[in-house]
Amino acid sequence: MAMNPNDPIIRVRNLVFRRGSRVILDDVSMDIPRGGIVAIMGPSGVGKTTILRLISGQLKPDSGSVEVNGTMVSEMSEKALHEFRKDVGVLLQNGALFTDLTVFENVATPVREHSNLPEPVLRRLVMAKLHSVGLGGTEDLMPHELSGGMARRVALARAVVLDPKIVLFDEPMAGLDPIAISTVSRLMRETNDSLGLTSIVVTHNVAQMKKLVDFCYIIAAGKIAGEGPPGDLGSSEDPAVDQFMNGKVDGPIPFHYDASGKNWSLLG
Amino acid sequence: MNTSIQNITAPLVQAGRIGVFLMRMLAGLRLSASLMRSTMQQSYLVGARSLVIIMICGFFVGMVLSLQAINALQQFGASDQVSLLVGKSLFRELGPVLTALLFAGRAGTAVAAEIGLMRATSQIDAMELMAIDPIQRIALPRFLAGVISVPLLTAMFNALAIMGSVVFSIGVMGLDPGIFWSKLQTSVYFGEDFMGGIYKSMVFGGLVSLIAVYFGYNAQPTGAGVGTATTNTVVLSSVLILIFDFIMTSFFA
Ligand SMILES: Nc1ncnc2c1ncn2[C@@H]1O[C@H](COP(=O)(O)OP(=O)(O)O)[C@@H](O)[C@H]1O
Ligand SMILES: [Mg+2]
Repeated sequence: MAMNPNDPIIRVRNLVFRRGSRVILDDVSMDIPRGGIVAIMGPSGVGKTTILRLISGQLKPDSGSVEVNGTMVSEMSEKALHEFRKDVGVLLQNGALFTDLTVFENVATPVREHSNLPEPVLRRLVMAKLHSVGLGGTEDLMPHELSGGMARRVALARAVVLDPKIVLFDEPMAGLDPIAISTVSRLMRETNDSLGLTSIVVTHNVAQMKKLVDFCYIIAAGKIAGEGPPGDLGSSEDPAVDQFMNGKVDGPIPFHYDASGKNWSLLG
Repeated sequence: MNTSIQNITAPLVQAGRIGVFLMRMLAGLRLSASLMRSTMQQSYLVGARSLVIIMICGFFVGMVLSLQAINALQQFGASDQVSLLVGKSLFRELGPVLTALLFAGRAGTAVAAEIGLMRATSQIDAMELMAIDPIQRIALPRFLAGVISVPLLTAMFNALAIMGSVVFSIGVMGLDPGIFWSKLQTSVYFGEDFMGGIYKSMVFGGLVSLIAVYFGYNAQPTGAGVGTATTNTVVLSSVLILIFDFIMTSFFA
């Protein structure tokens, strides 16, 4: 699908989020173009998962706003949020498959909850999604019988089974072997383009990110340190972006955990 | 805040939170086929988990009760009253209380650990993100399963305890079976004694499973957090079973 930067499906504006006195996100703004795959990158603990939770409405910002398709997520009622979440597929860190359900029932759960499809239709839908991630024939397995890569693909099938408009991926490749990483990465691109989705990917994997995404935001110390197409970021002048993209030990991104949050506000 | 004030307020705050959790669970209660199905499934799981231990314990409690009762009654030449003493104390108190304590240790911990693990592996997050209410989906069926299965387990405990009593009193001590059964039939009442205990055990079942789902649901998402949830479940439900037993007995007996 063509990218049109003038028509972002998600607008994040001046987002501030605190935990106690610690400032996690300090004035973050992002535009996610419709139909694109956008990466959010940054060191561990910087608040990438927090951004996804703010976009999906699980957390409320202290100030600033998240607008999806023209609606403010932070102002949605419980009921509106309920409807909104049908349009947002989420693949959580580690997949979060329901351990007491089979692969088939895992993928079927959102459909059962939100529609009254007759069983044969439901079965065809779920099997089609499993086939699309290359896992036809695994429907009767339990999650603990799957490899890490397979589990991640089941979670992908589950995230898109309701044909959402947006999919949020939280570290979809973490802990996978190189082949599984390429497989999952290719599936994310295929699913995004064939279903006309918009995807946000939180990832650490600089090499895969360069191949997969259209645009990239790098977060450091609660702020956007750099943004741009992945090709441009590798040669960025910004010291924090350069440090992260090229894996350097020395640079402005601190090695230690700052519990007070004071440095951040002073720097900001 | 002053710690001595916190010592007093903390349990009250906790009790309030548990109460709110119960309300949230019951407020969303809709009788649906899927709720029935998962409640039945959970009743089967917690019931099956606890059945063997409850049968074994019931049998031995019946034997030891009879042993003590006969020892005491013999001094008055009244050892033929043993089934009356065993029946009353068993059906009214020991059956419901011991069953609930065993249930807390066996099934309550398992439920708390299971839900805690769902929390730790983000399964509860995943449900919220699918616009599925995890309290309705996970907590409610397990709560209802406790209310349903503890009375049934109590009846089982009672039955096995009577068998234990029969084995000891008649088999070992050589009491007359006719006297044993007729005393039990005429002096122990089905409504007051047996059903009174069963009603109590419904409350115990609800109490234990409420505490188990509450601590599991609110567990810290780590291994240690799951461990704490199971420990808290056993400790708090054991204490509350005994407190509630006294309250219910003094009000309704
Ligand atoms: N539930 C929570 N309670 C308190 N602090 C939290 C919680 N979740 C995350 N944090 C803190 O917020 C910061 C950002 O977390 P997160 O968004 O998960 O980072 P990441 O970029 O690794 O995904 C971290 O420093 C973490 O310690
Ligand atoms: Mg994270």
